[in-house]
Amino acid sequence: MVMVRISDDALAIACGADAVADAFARAGATVERVSSWGMQWLEPLVEIDGKGFGPATADDVAAILDGSSPLGIGVIAEHPFIAKQQRLTFARAGKTRPTELADYEATGGWKGLARAREIGAEATVEEVVASGLRGRGGAGFPTGIKWRTVAAAVADQKYIVCNADEGDSATFADRMLMEGDPYCLIEGMAIAGLATGATKGYIYVRSEYPHAIAKLEEAIRRSAHLVAPFVLEVRVGAGAYVCGEETSLLNSLEGKRGEVRAKPPIPALVGLFGKPTIVNNVLSLAAVPYILAKGAKAYADYGMGRSRGTMPIQLAGNIKHGGLYETAFGITLGQLVNEIGGGTDDGSPVKAAQVGGPLGAYLHPDQFDIPFDYEAYAAVDALIGHGGITVFGEGADMAGMARFAMEFCAAESCGKCTPCRIGSVRGKELIDRIMARVPRQRDTLEGLPQMHNAPTAPRSLEDEIVLLEDLCETMKFGSLCALGGFTPYPVMSALKHWPEDFGARQSLPEAAE
Amino acid sequence: MRDAKADRLDEIIASHSRREGPLLPILHDVQAEFGCVDEASKRQIALALNLSRAEVHGVVSFYHDFTAEPKAAPVLKLCRAESCKARGVEALVDGAVAAASERVKIETIYCLGLCSVGPNAMIGNAVHARLDAPKLEKLIREIA
Repeated sequence: MVMVRISDDALAIACGADAVADAFARAGATVERVSSWGMQWLEPLVEIDGKGFGPATADDVAAILDGSSPLGIGVIAEHPFIAKQQRLTFARAGKTRPTELADYEATGGWKGLARAREIGAEATVEEVVASGLRGRGGAGFPTGIKWRTVAAAVADQKYIVCNADEGDSATFADRMLMEGDPYCLIEGMAIAGLATGATKGYIYVRSEYPHAIAKLEEAIRRSAHLVAPFVLEVRVGAGAYVCGEETSLLNSLEGKRGEVRAKPPIPALVGLFGKPTIVNNVLSLAAVPYILAKGAKAYADYGMGRSRGTMPIQLAGNIKHGGLYETAFGITLGQLVNEIGGGTDDGSPVKAAQVGGPLGAYLHPDQFDIPFDYEAYAAVDALIGHGGITVFGEGADMAGMARFAMEFCAAESCGKCTPCRIGSVRGKELIDRIMARVPRQRDTLEGLPQMHNAPTAPRSLEDEIVLLEDLCETMKFGSLCALGGFTPYPVMSALKHWPEDFGARQSLPEAAE
Repeated sequence: MRDAKADRLDEIIASHSRREGPLLPILHDVQAEFGCVDEASKRQIALALNLSRAEVHGVVSFYHDFTAEPKAAPVLKLCRAESCKARGVEALVDGAVAAASERVKIETIYCLGLCSVGPNAMIGNAVHARLDAPKLEKLIREIA
């Protein structure tokens, strides 16, 4: 009897994994559904005795079984894409059945929680501080410091909230972790609860991830006795991108409109239902079991500068070898896009890479020597965010992408602050006029005698661009949260590096600075 | 003047009574069961949770997942976020809308988390990847 392993990750299923699994079962093989290795261009990836075949369809089953299939990639664990990674958070990817408790235990599960129970709350917090772990959701705030604040707060109830509202395009590491290794997240949250005195945890998952929701609910049910007295609950979002912002997420959890709250007070002190609350990203919490089990130093030995540990990087968009690549900080963007990612999928030259989701800057191939590090990205007006990279080929229209950034912000703004709510609408109109090369004309109101201070000439294209820069400045510094505050990054970087796409002369004034 | 729907709504509300902040889970269930959150439901939920009708309405209208009226046609959600744009989804939109005509509604969604194998679409809870024009049109044709 042949044992076949096929992923039941949403991406594999979307690529037809269920049909392949059925075909193997009909052919008499035993099929085991496991998590995904993260080599997404090969999904559905079939594993037999450690060797991989992909991307497979039901029609390939007979050939794979009789050994004549040309889809073979050799031993999966030795594939260059996998072998070169440093997988700490995704150590189990591809290897275990996601909701099987026995598989989790057999691969070192629950050791972090056991050690946390042994060394106690205070030492657990200090271990996370010493690991140098920073928030993987995008802000990069030191996780241990947040934990310390909540641990020190005095309250009758505290909460652990896991931000699983992974709305950024090019990010799927949260989804893969929740679908592929849900107990790792549960263990991380239980450790956070123990460290800070919180007894209740919420995982706020976006409604676009039904597979992750189902896996989590099953895993929570099956592991309840192991994490008790800590109690966990999944809450499902309702299609609002802004709810990935932590204060908006808290409002949503409370059953309110997902509007952003002003900070201070910080959620660590006044969070969910007004109680001290840790809000951490899935990847931050999932990194914790390793840190506790292996010690802070083992984790901090990876990385560069103040960016310690590993980052699950997500390669997406027009890329040949897309997928999940976990590695220590410090790797360059060029290595990620060209060497590991293999360049574009359609074979055209790489035109741009957007790092950090819809709110991240577009980076030009000239900048591809930049190392993956929070500070290095901030220094060039970019951000690594949640570690998602979208690659664009020659055909990309960067003015169109800048316009889309504004359009997206307008669609998803919570409406609380003016720079974001109105700025994004005006920004879209401005870019429309720039792209159409029809600057704004004087309107009738400006012709009135009372308006004698209004400019008498219609705007030039240069005026419009200056105005766009001005607007971006206002949004960047005047918005309450990152949605309005970071939308200028993709807009300004597109304008700066690809002025020709905006129909402007090459000698456009240096943007933004 | 109670009808069966009001009774069922009471059951849904009661099933979430032990939760903290139960409004969103209730609205999800109502949307799933009745296809929308209508005016009568909003009032009944508001009464049960000791909220104003305006507060419930504010929440319903804020989130994309909740609708005040039932959808007239089955929905295909097509991802048009950056990664799917980079993989050419925009070239598929006109064809999809034409193939859908009145029978199916094409909605835009931003990201399904399948960003290296786009363009992607979602029908109900089922996800579909690596779409091109023929595959997308086939999907639209097959929607019941």
